[in-house]
Parts: sequence; C-alpha cells; structure tokens
Amino acid sequence: MIAIRSPSDFWAGLLFIFFGSLFLYHARGMDFGSALRMGPSFFPIILSGLLVLIGIVTIVRSVIVGGEPITKFALKGMLAITAAGLLFAVLVRGAGTIFAVPALTLISAAASERFHWRTALIMATILTIFCGVVFVYGLGVPMPVIGTWFVE
Amino acid sequence: MDVITDLMLGFGTAITPLNLMYCLAGVFLGTLIGVLPGLGPVATIAMLLPATFGLPPVSALIMLAGIYYGAQYGGSTTAILINLPGESSSLVTALDGYAMARKGRAGVALATAAIGSFFAGTVATLLIALAAPPLAEIALKFGPPEYFSLMVLGLLASVVLAHGPLLKAIGMIVLGLLLGLVGTDPNAAVQRFTLGVPELSDGLNFVAVAMGMFGLGEIIKNLENESDRSALVGKLANMMPTREDWKRIVGPIVRGTVVGSVLGILPGGGAILSSFAAYSLEKKISPRSAEFGKGAIEGVAAPESANNAGAQTSFIPMLTLGIPSNPVMALMIGALIIHGVQPGPSVMSEQPALFWGLIVSMWIGNLFLIILNLPLVGLWARMLMIPYHILFPGIMVFCAVGVFSLNNTPFDLYVMVVFGLLGYILIKLNCELAPMLLGFILGPMMEEYLRRSLTLSRGDPMIFLHRPISAALLVLAAVALCLVLFPWFRRTRAAAFAED
Repeated sequence: MIAIRSPSDFWAGLLFIFFGSLFLYHARGMDFGSALRMGPSFFPIILSGLLVLIGIVTIVRSVIVGGEPITKFALKGMLAITAAGLLFAVLVRGAGTIFAVPALTLISAAASERFHWRTALIMATILTIFCGVVFVYGLGVPMPVIGTWFVE
Repeated sequence: MDVITDLMLGFGTAITPLNLMYCLAGVFLGTLIGVLPGLGPVATIAMLLPATFGLPPVSALIMLAGIYYGAQYGGSTTAILINLPGESSSLVTALDGYAMARKGRAGVALATAAIGSFFAGTVATLLIALAAPPLAEIALKFGPPEYFSLMVLGLLASVVLAHGPLLKAIGMIVLGLLLGLVGTDPNAAVQRFTLGVPELSDGLNFVAVAMGMFGLGEIIKNLENESDRSALVGKLANMMPTREDWKRIVGPIVRGTVVGSVLGILPGGGAILSSFAAYSLEKKISPRSAEFGKGAIEGVAAPESANNAGAQTSFIPMLTLGIPSNPVMALMIGALIIHGVQPGPSVMSEQPALFWGLIVSMWIGNLFLIILNLPLVGLWARMLMIPYHILFPGIMVFCAVGVFSLNNTPFDLYVMVVFGLLGYILIKLNCELAPMLLGFILGPMMEEYLRRSLTLSRGDPMIFLHRPISAALLVLAAVALCLVLFPWFRRTRAAAFAED
C-alpha cells in the first residue's frame, strides 16, 4: 500500500492534472497548426501537457518525499463568502443597491464566529448608505438604488 | 545632462495641482486600506484600481504608484503595531518593530520606517532615472525571440527567488499562463476555453481574478482563526528618534537601500526578498546582533528601507521591458493596457511625459508618505482597532462594488468568487498565488512572441538558442533553476527566508 506522505503535494498535483486535462479536453477541436503557423491550440496544448506532467511529478513526489499536512479548511467562511458574492451578483441589477449590499454584508458577516445580529444590521445600514452616497451618486457607478424588478 | 532635462519634464508633468492631488489621494487611500490587517498591496491596488479608470493615463499611473507606496507603508504600520504583517514584505519588520512597540517605542519604530523609506525612495528614484534609459535602449533592439526568452527567465527567476516549493510554483505559472489564454485567439479569431460563455470572449478580467485570489481568498484564510489582537499604540506621541537612534539607523538605512535597490530589479525579488536579505545582512554585521528580534531599531530601519527601495526599482523591468517582476507590477501593466498604453521600451520614447512624470511622482509620493504619516499615525492606529469581524464585510462590499464597476456586469463578480475559492484552496495546498498572476498577465504576450519567433525562423525552435542574447537569457534561466537543485543554494534560500 502506497502511503501519501505529503497531502498538500498530492492534492496540488491532482489539481494541476485536473486543470491540465480540462484545457487539453477543450483544445481538442481546435487547429494545432505547425511550428511555422501556430494554430489556436498550439501553445495551450504544450502548456496543458506540461501542467499534467508537473501534476504527475508532484503526486509521485508526494508519495516519496514528506511534506506538510493540510490544515483544516474554513468551511463556514468558504460557504458564506461564496454565497454572499454570488447573491450580490444576482441582486445588484434586479433588486438594486438597497437589497444587494445588506445581503452581501449580512451573509459575509455570518461567516465570523463573533457574528452578532445587531452589529451586523448596523454595519449593513452604514455600508448601504455609504455605497449609495459615495459609489452611486458620488462616483456614478451604475448600480440602481432600487432595481429593475421593482421599478420599470 | 539628459537626465536633468528628462527629470525637469517629469517635474513639469507631476507638479500640476491635479496630479499632485491624485498622488496625495493615492498615498492616503493606499495607507488607509493597506493599514487594515490582512490586506496587502496587491489586494489594495486591485480594490482601488477601478477608481483610476476615469483619469487620464498619467494621473492614473501616478495615483496607482502612490497607492502602492501607501499600501506598503500601511503594511509596515500594521506589522509594528499589531504584529500582523499584511504582506510578507513586512514580515521581518514585525519581528523588531513589534518588540519595540511592546517597549513603548512604537512611535520611534514608525518614524524610523518612514525616514528609511523616504531615503530609500529618493535613492531608488534616481537609480531608475539613470538606469532606465540605457536599459530601454537595449530592449529596443530585442526581437521576439529575445522577449520570449526574457519572459521565460523572468517567470522562472520569480519562483527561484521566492520561497516555497519550487515545482508547485512552476505549476502555478503554467496554470496562470493557460488561464491568461482564455478568450478570443487574436490570430485565428477563434474562441478558446470560453465554454460558450460570451462574456469570456475578452478573457478573464484580471482585476476580478486578482481581487478574488488576493482579496476574497485572504478573507477566507483569515476567518480560519479569529484571534484577539491588541494594538500597541501606547506612546505614539513620542516619535522622534533620539540622537543615539539616529547613529544606529544611518548605516542600516544605507545598506538596506543598496540591497533593496539591487534585489528589486531582479524578477520576483521586489520588496519581499529585499527586506529579508537586508535584515539578515544587518543581523550578521551588527555588533548588537543579540538584540535582533528583541526590539533592535536596526531591525526596523534596514528591512523598511530595503523593501521601499525594492518596491521602487521593481518598476525598472516593468517600465523598460514591459515585464512584471511581481504581482503588483502585473497589476500596473494591466492598468497601463486598460489605459491604452502598451508597456515596453517604447513608452519612454513615445510618451516621455508619462514616463518621467511617473518617476518624479514616485519621489513626490515618498515625500507625501513622510509628511502624511507622521501626523496621521494616530488615525492609522485607530483604523487598526477595528475588529476583523466588523472589517471584512466592509472589505467584501468594496471588492464587490469595485469589481462590478469594471464593466458594469455581474459576470466579473462570478469570476471574482470562483477565483476567491480557488485562491483559498491553493493557499491551503501550499501553492503560491503570485507566480500564477504573473503567468496570467504574460500568457497572451508569450504566445504572441513565440508565434512571431517561430515565423521568423520558419518553424525552427532552435532560433531561441541561435540568437546570442536569447540564448544567454535562457542559459541564465537554466542556471537559476539548477541552482535550486544544489543543496547549498537550497540551504541559503531557506535561510534567507527563515523568520529568525
């Protein structure tokens, strides 16, 4: 049984192979061309081949050479930050600043162990007003205050 | 003297009320955001970049440079006051700076950092003015093969001189190069790797990518353990170094400036390596080496001068060759391209006002830094008191609005979120993000130079070895790579980055 002695190398190698293969897969339909006339997939195929190779060597190394373990992931943080960002993207045009900014603030704030409803609500209010005044009116960022879902 | 005339032109450009104001605003905003824990110069610049889009190119670049120095200095403030370096370049400053702060000498440490930075900035600015024109002259003679080889050298040297596992760093470069190719192939007008998403036909937006990896990725990382911090702001009123302090810092400042200026020019060197190298040099030659780590003022003066000198001279390869030596320069190149300026040796001859204006404004920026920071240090200290759980939702809002305002499309926000997650996972896997961003910026350029080289040689890849300059550059790259494989160099490299 082969033991993985460096988990971070092992997973990094796997990630490299994954991305390399992904680019190889999507390059398959394109013209490779020749060295004289490089096609659109010439450089990408060379690079993704290299990336897969580096991935394989990294994995082999991870079995032979020891390395650091992977520390615990901040799952709550990953989830909240992702959700907050995505929700903001969905809401910013349709619902407008007065919904998107509080949603972003509250959900990302919830990632913290010290999350507290009252502070979070105060922050959301301050940030929303700030965004409205500075970004929308001051700098002219085209974020509607109230989105297209509510106002035509 | 040509340099004098050129510098006068620079002064003429930089000292307009408007540009002075942008420079000041840049330094102020850069420090304001850079002082916030967990936000390094890359994230700070990415966050403030959209604010400069509306400005004329000269003003935008002047403001960005100001933001860079501000962010750098802000990071040092954070390192000294709460022992939480925002970026690795202020890591060594934290050792003695924080120790000084604990002894109630935070004010002196901050003043030393500012004075050292100013001296280093002045010297480095002169160095740029002297070194850039001849370098650009040489670079103008470069053909596509030379550029391709130069990029290979630059990318490889950036990981050799950085710390961390080498093979994974090279993997990150390649991944970055590939991601940089997403979008329309300029030659065949074919969509590449866009997965059928129309928004991707212009490629991934590099600000969204940088903000995701260096902004969001960092936030998630910081959420891993939210420890209590306390800012040591006790006696900030007393900032002036004593006569004894002055005697002790002159040498380290001068030596730090030299070390920083030299290392800053090297790809991947920049501010980080400079500060480490200057610190270990001082520790070796100082008669008080036992005091290092316990609040030796030399341990603040040397790395702070070095990182500022390095930050400045890293502009040299960017301005003369159009090649970024660190992620901050990658962002600068991105900003130039957005403003319609193709970075490279021709910038100096075609846009002398922009070039010399920027150089002079670097010096003015450093002047503002010292004028601004000594009186405002109380404000920065107060910024530090904001607990992280209050702070990061605000940072999220700034990142999100900033990225949205790039093209006014939610799509860039999705890119930012995806790269935030990816960035965090890569940090966890001990993969460095900086080489990936360099690759990302250089990807399309490298492909183009490869294509042109191979057309020149009728498809013969040996052209890279037949042309002498190109061959020399590739040999240098190979030597750099081989060096790492030798045990003694590996030990030195590990020692240079060892914290103590």
